[in-house]
Amino acid sequence: MIVHDASRQFDNGLLAVDGLSISIPAGQFLALLGPSGCGKSTLLRMIAGLDRPTRGRVDVSAGGVGYVFQDAHLLPWRNVIDNVALPLELARLPANQRDDRAAEALNLVGLSEFGAMYPAQLSGGMRMRVSLARALVGRPNLLLLDEPFAALDEITRQQLDDLLRGLWQRTGMTILFVTHSIQEAAYLADRVIVLSRRPARVMLDHVMAMPSSRDAALRTSAAFAAEARLLFQALERGERL
Amino acid sequence: MNVRRLAYLAWPPLTVFAGVFAMLEVAVRAGWIASFLVPRPSDAIKSLGANFAEIAGAFMATASAALRGFGLSVAVGVVVAVALSSGGLVRRAFYPYAVFFQTVPIIAVAPLLVIWFGFDQGAVIASAFVASVFPVIANTLSGLMSVDAPLVDLFRLYRARPLAALVKLRLPFALPQIFTGLRVAAGLSVIGAIVGEFITGSGLGGLIQVARQQRKIDKVFATLLVTSLLGVAMFAMINAVARLTLRHWHASERTEGA
Repeated sequence: MIVHDASRQFDNGLLAVDGLSISIPAGQFLALLGPSGCGKSTLLRMIAGLDRPTRGRVDVSAGGVGYVFQDAHLLPWRNVIDNVALPLELARLPANQRDDRAAEALNLVGLSEFGAMYPAQLSGGMRMRVSLARALVGRPNLLLLDEPFAALDEITRQQLDDLLRGLWQRTGMTILFVTHSIQEAAYLADRVIVLSRRPARVMLDHVMAMPSSRDAALRTSAAFAAEARLLFQALERGERL
Repeated sequence: MNVRRLAYLAWPPLTVFAGVFAMLEVAVRAGWIASFLVPRPSDAIKSLGANFAEIAGAFMATASAALRGFGLSVAVGVVVAVALSSGGLVRRAFYPYAVFFQTVPIIAVAPLLVIWFGFDQGAVIASAFVASVFPVIANTLSGLMSVDAPLVDLFRLYRARPLAALVKLRLPFALPQIFTGLRVAAGLSVIGAIVGEFITGSGLGGLIQVARQQRKIDKVFATLLVTSLLGVAMFAMINAVARLTLRHWHASERTEGA
């Protein structure tokens, strides 16, 4: 997937993204780290095809795209399994196949038992898992996440970080994870791109020097702290720009 | 809904009713209020008993017309709202004419409806419809237009056809607001039917007119009581359907329904 010299200016003149170029090899876990309102969501929307660059190109070679929003955004009138099956339903897959694949996706996020529940009956973390299952049900080659765990408490968030990392290792899909959390970017990704404040420019494009299997102990290690500091310094440079 | 819950809901308004009933009874008997202005509540009840067959027949006629007018409002209102929500230009061009239904005084239009539809139920149904269609349009439109942007994005991402987006996202999303419109429309449809009947002389509206002209104030009140019961019944019906439909949306509705 390639973003080539892409810019996005809104009708009100706001320049959200200005001449950004990023290429992501298939199978990479890339975190986009930047301050709030820097245009990283706009970039993600362009990659998803929900928005178009006013200048430049976005080429996505991936087959299917999955998208996870800042909040779970489930349909409250549907139970969990029907929420997960929605993308297949919109793609007009036969009902028997839909249910099997939705159950499979729910299993991936550890919610096999909760198919008949309604979103209002679930905790915030569980709703986000359902949202993740919905993004995965179409077996995407590219998974886009827009600050998905920002509203969750720290413990739940770390559990979901581990879940996501595990899913990535099992499926081999490309993941693009937008966040404003240094810790989260450092813990999750193999490569981190730090963006400046708006209009977003690349301040740092860094391959993380960390083991591929990660656990809670890593969060307090010296190597982790060093990488986090590097990201922090790049963020600071981006603020002064 | 079980008996205990019904009792729980019913006792406060029934207590208020009994209180007002008793106060009026005392006030009229003592001569503080002239009995040609307000009848003794007990006389109104007696009149209801004496004229039961007549009032019940009128009730059925009015209820039937109000329900049909209301049904027409729901069908037409939702379809119009969906059409208006389809584009900014369509909305700007046609919405002002939808507002007409809210601002036009139904009492002024009712005679016209009788000219168009004749002195039978058609005019009464039309009057109930004209009086009640706007809240359905306005609330449905507002619900359709306020769908969460990320959900719209989600449906775009999965390339949902417009019909699928309407049926699977926009209409269900608008349901709570549609029900708000229906609650208002239910009461208005009864008002519209009564006004129509003032002109055609049928149903509860006709009965009120005749009783008023004959100075039978107790019968006027007996009929008014039954008319308000019709409005309350329709309101309760909408509420029951809304609770049943929306029971999964909110935790509170769920536990109460269990």
